[in-house]
Amino acid sequence: MPEALAVDRLQFAFTVTFHYIFPQLTMGLALLIFILKSVALRTGDQRWDRAARFWARIFGITFAIGVVTGIPLEFQFGTNWSQFSKAAGGVIGQTLAMEGVFSFFLESSFLGMFLFGEKRLGPRVHWFTSLMMFVGSWMSGYLIVATDAWMQHPVGYAIAANGSFQLQSFWRLLLNRWALWQYAHTMVGAVQTGCFVMAAIGAYYLLSKVHEDYGKIFIKVGVTVGVVAALLQLFPTGDFQGRMVSQYQQSTLAGMEGLFHSEQGAPLAILGQPDVVNERLDNPLVVPKALSFLTYRRWSAEVTGLDQIPRANWPDHIELLYFSYHIMVGLGTIFIAILALAAWQLYRGTLYDSKWMLWILMMALPFPFIANTAGWMTAEIGRQPWLIFGLMRTSAGASPLVSAGSVWFTLLGFLGLYTILGILFLFLVYREIEHGPITG
Amino acid sequence: MGTIWFCLVAVMLAGYVVLDGFDLGVGVLHLWIARNDAERRVTLRSIGPVWDGNEVWLLAAGGTLYFAFPALYAEGFSGFYLPLMMVLWLLVIRGVSVEFRSHMGGPIWPQLWDAGFAIASLLLAVFYGVALGNVVRGVPLDSHGHFFEPMWTNFTPVGHTGILDWYTVIVGVVALAALTLHGASWLTLKTTGDLHARARKSASILWWVVAVLTAAITIISFQMIPQLFENFGLHLWGIVFPIIAVTGLLGVYGFNRLRLETMAFGSSCAYLIGMLTSVTFSLYPTVLPSSLDPFSALTIANSKAADHGLKVGLIWWLIGMSLAAGYTIFTYRSFAGKISTKDMEAERTQEHEELATASR
Repeated sequence: MPEALAVDRLQFAFTVTFHYIFPQLTMGLALLIFILKSVALRTGDQRWDRAARFWARIFGITFAIGVVTGIPLEFQFGTNWSQFSKAAGGVIGQTLAMEGVFSFFLESSFLGMFLFGEKRLGPRVHWFTSLMMFVGSWMSGYLIVATDAWMQHPVGYAIAANGSFQLQSFWRLLLNRWALWQYAHTMVGAVQTGCFVMAAIGAYYLLSKVHEDYGKIFIKVGVTVGVVAALLQLFPTGDFQGRMVSQYQQSTLAGMEGLFHSEQGAPLAILGQPDVVNERLDNPLVVPKALSFLTYRRWSAEVTGLDQIPRANWPDHIELLYFSYHIMVGLGTIFIAILALAAWQLYRGTLYDSKWMLWILMMALPFPFIANTAGWMTAEIGRQPWLIFGLMRTSAGASPLVSAGSVWFTLLGFLGLYTILGILFLFLVYREIEHGPITG
Repeated sequence: MGTIWFCLVAVMLAGYVVLDGFDLGVGVLHLWIARNDAERRVTLRSIGPVWDGNEVWLLAAGGTLYFAFPALYAEGFSGFYLPLMMVLWLLVIRGVSVEFRSHMGGPIWPQLWDAGFAIASLLLAVFYGVALGNVVRGVPLDSHGHFFEPMWTNFTPVGHTGILDWYTVIVGVVALAALTLHGASWLTLKTTGDLHARARKSASILWWVVAVLTAAITIISFQMIPQLFENFGLHLWGIVFPIIAVTGLLGVYGFNRLRLETMAFGSSCAYLIGMLTSVTFSLYPTVLPSSLDPFSALTIANSKAADHGLKVGLIWWLIGMSLAAGYTIFTYRSFAGKISTKDMEAERTQEHEELATASR
């Protein structure tokens, strides 16, 4: 791989991975804040309003970093991936521009009103601004997922004489089947992040015996919404997402599963390390025939392995793809177990006194971020070597005249700047948590 | 269809400059104008609920450009790689400085955020001017339609140019002065007391700087790139754009003296819009001239997306932007009126009272 291309990829991977730490939390919290505001409006209970304000402050910090780290992504489409943008801008420019025009204005206007206008606007209008923040951030999510979905599974386009892609059907682009499932899967993932963070802070308060009223509210909302999201993550969203991959991206599926040889009754690998050179899975722990069943609903169905795919079309980081996928699925399964148990204890009324469960909830905080990141890595590494699956290779998309030196310069700049941003973020959120939901 | 989108992108960029322009100007000025913490907080509060929305205009304009003129976005952004990345970093530093000032107070941290906000605002204003200068002057587009400009070469505006040469730097200074004046007009409108008096005084001084620089850059551009003025000869009605600019500039002076603050700020908007539309009108139908060979220039025709997409886009764009204009107006109306240092103190006292009540 030419040096410039490798650094272009590294820079995008780093900036997009760092960015997505923040939107997954804001999209999840947007729903939860809306729930808090709705309960406050119905019951008139001040505590729920204060709880909403507390999370709005954390939302504000997270949203700010999400915005400033999001802009570099839109820019990089032009700066580092000019040949891709030149070819595909006529199609994916639709969804990207729509995000700017429809979601960003909505979000920023209503966030300003939500954060600064509680006294001026009154309870009903203020509740409405929380609804609009939720709508805005979730719409933004859809338009970005629809953009990515077109790169995963291009539809509704025609190829022009000069080789560029043109929009043929707006609705097929917007209602791409891939986008619908990927969106559902992504959003319940974001909701799980929001729920785990909310429940973790609640558990921290209960264990520390401070702000206990609020701790209970946080845990109740986090666990109740979280258990629903965790189940939806697996079925139907995860299941359908997986079946779409098996239908349209056989190379991706084979890489994810570490399936080097096509098999009837293919096993599902639980553990093991792919050895790409010798084309086998080392130390495997497998469930026989399960992959065939999950993919085709028949125990003996044949699943295509990497051996039936030309080597040039293999994903170029099979090891990373395999582990990303397994980390995502493994964590998702653990989340279901934790949240189901916590929900049972909540129902029985024993959760707030269950020290070990509160510890688990508190320590679980980083893991949904890891699971969401691993999920996106599965999607994006799995798509390789294609930039637009089946149509344009990643190597054909980079900017021809931007040197590796220039990209290293900016990548190092981003590394430094984002390190500072990350430290600031943790510091400020920690202070808000210590300060607690009493004022403001 | 290409021409329609050329105009719409110009409208969005003008919207961005007029809106984010004043909060950039406030950023440049606030270290000098606001002398203590209460005044600093007033200046920040005057843009607090809106600056983020103003910046969205840049994103939306960028998105629209990407969708309507993908080849221009691709070649322009990769060619201006280094300055664009620096603009990104400055936007990050500026956004973080504004947002975090209220979260991280104490005796020394506000100074850091204030400095970050001021320096980033100043450099952004200059960079935007430099970018405009580069587009007007033209870039070394090769026969494939690619280019890459280093930050500087030999500082002359011919041949293998860099981002910075004497011409683009002058345009950068003009932009800085114009946006600072714009910010001063905004602060005059939004504040009271000493802060108000200082803002008004800086506006009067800055007006002369802007007037002189505007005249100078017009003459220099005319000398250097005579073909810029061809369109005015071909379509005489285009003269309306420079007239808007000049009227706006005179309006800023007159209304500021008459203490009609809203009108003065409006005139400053008109000046910026007039200047930008004049430039856009002179470039048409070129979108990025070549400094090497006029035939390799990017034009509307060779950089636009296919017509079907552009037609579909027109529908959702009009719906979306009407909504956006609605939110923008609603936000500005919700936060209309002047802000004084007393308001900020009252807010603080109330916070302390609430804290006391809640912890009881």
